[in-house]
Amino acid sequence: MPNLEHPAYPAATLLRLESLVPCRESQVSMLLSIFGERQQFTFPSIFIYGHTSSGKTYVMQTLLNTLQLPHVFVNCVEYFTSRLLLEEILIQLQNCSFETKHASHVLCDTFNDFVRMFKQAVTSQDLQDQTLYIVLDRAEQLREMEANILPAFLRLQELTDRNVTVVLLSEIVWELFRPSTGCFEPFTLYFPDYSIGHLQKILSHNHPPEYSADFYAAYINILLGVFYMVCRDLKELQHLAALNFSKYCEPVVRGEANERDTRKLWKNIEPHLKKAMQTVYLREISSSQWERLQRDDGEPGQLKGLSAHAHVELPYYSKFLLIAAYLASYNPVRTDKRFFLKHHGKIKKTNFMKKHEKTSNHLLGPKPFPLDRLLAILYSIVDNRVAPTANIFSQITSLVTLQLLSLVGHNDQLDGPRYKCTVSLDFIRAIARPQQESIDTF
Amino acid sequence: MLSFLFKVKISAMSKRKSKESSSANGECISQVQRILRERFCHHHATGKPFGIEHQYRHLLELLKRTTVHGESNSALIIGPRGSGKTMLLNHVLKELMEIKQIRENLLEVHLNGLLQTNDKVALKEITRQLHLENVVGDKVFGSFAENLAFLLEALRKGDRTSSCPVLFILDEFDLFVHHKNQTLLYNLFDISQSAQTPVTVIGLTCRQDILELLEKRVKSRFSHRQIYLMNSFDFKQYIKIFKEQLSLPAEFLDESFAQKWNNNVQHLSEDKTVQDMLQNLFHYSKDLRSLHLLLMLALSNVTVHHPLITASDLHEASKQYRMDSKANIVHGLSVLEICLIIAMKHLNDVYEGEPFNFQMVYNEFQKFMQRKAHCMYNFEKPVVMKCCAALCWIVAVHRHKQLTCQTTCLAWSRKFRKRTGLVRHLNTYYNWS
Repeated sequence: MPNLEHPAYPAATLLRLESLVPCRESQVSMLLSIFGERQQFTFPSIFIYGHTSSGKTYVMQTLLNTLQLPHVFVNCVEYFTSRLLLEEILIQLQNCSFETKHASHVLCDTFNDFVRMFKQAVTSQDLQDQTLYIVLDRAEQLREMEANILPAFLRLQELTDRNVTVVLLSEIVWELFRPSTGCFEPFTLYFPDYSIGHLQKILSHNHPPEYSADFYAAYINILLGVFYMVCRDLKELQHLAALNFSKYCEPVVRGEANERDTRKLWKNIEPHLKKAMQTVYLREISSSQWERLQRDDGEPGQLKGLSAHAHVELPYYSKFLLIAAYLASYNPVRTDKRFFLKHHGKIKKTNFMKKHEKTSNHLLGPKPFPLDRLLAILYSIVDNRVAPTANIFSQITSLVTLQLLSLVGHNDQLDGPRYKCTVSLDFIRAIARPQQESIDTF
Repeated sequence: MLSFLFKVKISAMSKRKSKESSSANGECISQVQRILRERFCHHHATGKPFGIEHQYRHLLELLKRTTVHGESNSALIIGPRGSGKTMLLNHVLKELMEIKQIRENLLEVHLNGLLQTNDKVALKEITRQLHLENVVGDKVFGSFAENLAFLLEALRKGDRTSSCPVLFILDEFDLFVHHKNQTLLYNLFDISQSAQTPVTVIGLTCRQDILELLEKRVKSRFSHRQIYLMNSFDFKQYIKIFKEQLSLPAEFLDESFAQKWNNNVQHLSEDKTVQDMLQNLFHYSKDLRSLHLLLMLALSNVTVHHPLITASDLHEASKQYRMDSKANIVHGLSVLEICLIIAMKHLNDVYEGEPFNFQMVYNEFQKFMQRKAHCMYNFEKPVVMKCCAALCWIVAVHRHKQLTCQTTCLAWSRKFRKRTGLVRHLNTYYNWS
């Protein structure tokens, strides 16, 4: 059932377009009705926003290419300064026309030159008054360039007096773009996120040829049921689907179940997916690495992705040094006397402390401490006597190199170096376990 | 037999006529779209502007004095965005150009603050627009003033006693004010005071406080003549403007269709729901630009099968125009991200706007998980951290100095109630009303 109809474009093209953009028919039809016929004017600037992977770039490119509308497509992250951006637009404009065989290099420093050269380029082409579309992807980068770039692009139709429309694609809403003194307001269009039904339809679309579409659709159903709450990003879900499909197929491959035994398949895949929840977004193994593994016929068991903690083996004194550093970073100096001396007095709580009790020290991050304090705490937590030999000091330096400690301040400070502990409590607990110390008392 | 043939002939004729009328309709619709799109999107000046006769006459007088009598002048046209400053100027210039003497003599230089971002570029642009590149050649000038004086000297006509009047139009005038030392403005106003060449400087700006931005020496040379465009029409006139903007011009090809169209527009302007919608728009922003955007949206629905704009088209367009973008973005977030936003909001409330960092947000999140463990899976820290980082960027969480974050998502609290299920739990937990 063809949804897209437009008098200016042949029905066959529109049918093909519709097949290329599933679940986005309403946005495409709105864009088509706004664009109108080729020669007609449309909004001077259009702002399209939506979440990541909602199809903005894909739909724009497909639409412009299928209908063969003259356009220039530039990614603002790739061309991140104004000069690069403007030169790229002019170069692509040269490629648009049929007369120039190869693009000669253009020199365009300012927007003033750009407008002049743009006017020349557009009149010298056989565009026949067709609307030229300039699409700027990742348009939030325009805010980082000079202040005149964004307002000037929004007004390009007026400044050049030509039939041109600028389309901005971004994930961020328009209110965060608007300059303080105002500008020409573009037409804003929202690309809604895909619903769970849409995601099911799109993901089931590219199923591997060995298995039936129903089997794959059931798998996608399970996957979405587990991951939809965390992640609605289509790219991320595709990655997860590719990663976990082989595990899902294992019972079928081994012959234990056939394609319809949903309960068995679910029981097999469930713990695996639970573990996979730990690594959503983390991309511990990237899609290309995964493909390479598949090609080399590696076992899926080799998948290191599920958060294998890097196990660090430290010598005896280094462990104590690290624990002492953690205590020095996270305990305020007042409490040292209380914890580490045999006879301690009571600590009076001052007004200042009462006010700031709410923000526990653990939340605010590590504080720097001088070397002497570190050594003092070290002596008090190690049972036997420790001599301040060069061995200890070199271990401190190697901890800094491993980035478990970090040096704060300049290298050439005269009254002693200051350090900061950069590991978390879990790591300390993991190291301290063999020593059977209760770190929590400190 | 004859009557039968006659009937066949009539039916054939009527078929051909209906085909013609439908294709004429297609051609007609195309024409309608073309004309109205030019009016709404390209802002071609059509007809007299409304409600600004007084300013129009003032500006016309001013420019006539320069061009005909050789007086130098300066003026600023001030008005909010979309109030018609450029349109007013273009109308006045169009009328001036109808006078032969002016058309042959007047030189125009159009500068725009967005394009000429510093004075050097501006000077080059002036040289280019006065077609004096050859005359200037490779000369090097000591100062801006020398250069400008040279240019104006070069404009003197053959007998060297009089020179052509020059009109400098500075769009986005408030951007020129930020150039170094305001040299361009100083020199232009200086020349307009020294009465050697008849020069008029017209600035267009949207800032009401423009005079405070000028330096003292520049302000003293400015004539303090200000023309204000304040969108000073009331709602009745607004409806009239709506009707005029949507009507087809009298010289439209297919007169019967134009008649039908204009009648429909009249009908729409009397419809109560349409008036309510226009009232809403009028209260939000009076300027014509937003009206044009709305009408353009409604116009894009006009096709051969739907040849006249209906009230529902206008309502759809209004809904589209007034969509809340932040609510849309929140709708697309996953449940984990919404939990994080709620944690941040809670921290913001409890600590009264003080900065917080990721660790604090994660702690809040953990606390919530302990209470309602059955709703959500408890995620590991790295996953939550990555989710949070992506979220901060979208939601405009402001970065405070020491890499902690402060959020200003206070307006989002209402939107959460729209999400069902889990969010209701969250709302009751945090006791929002």
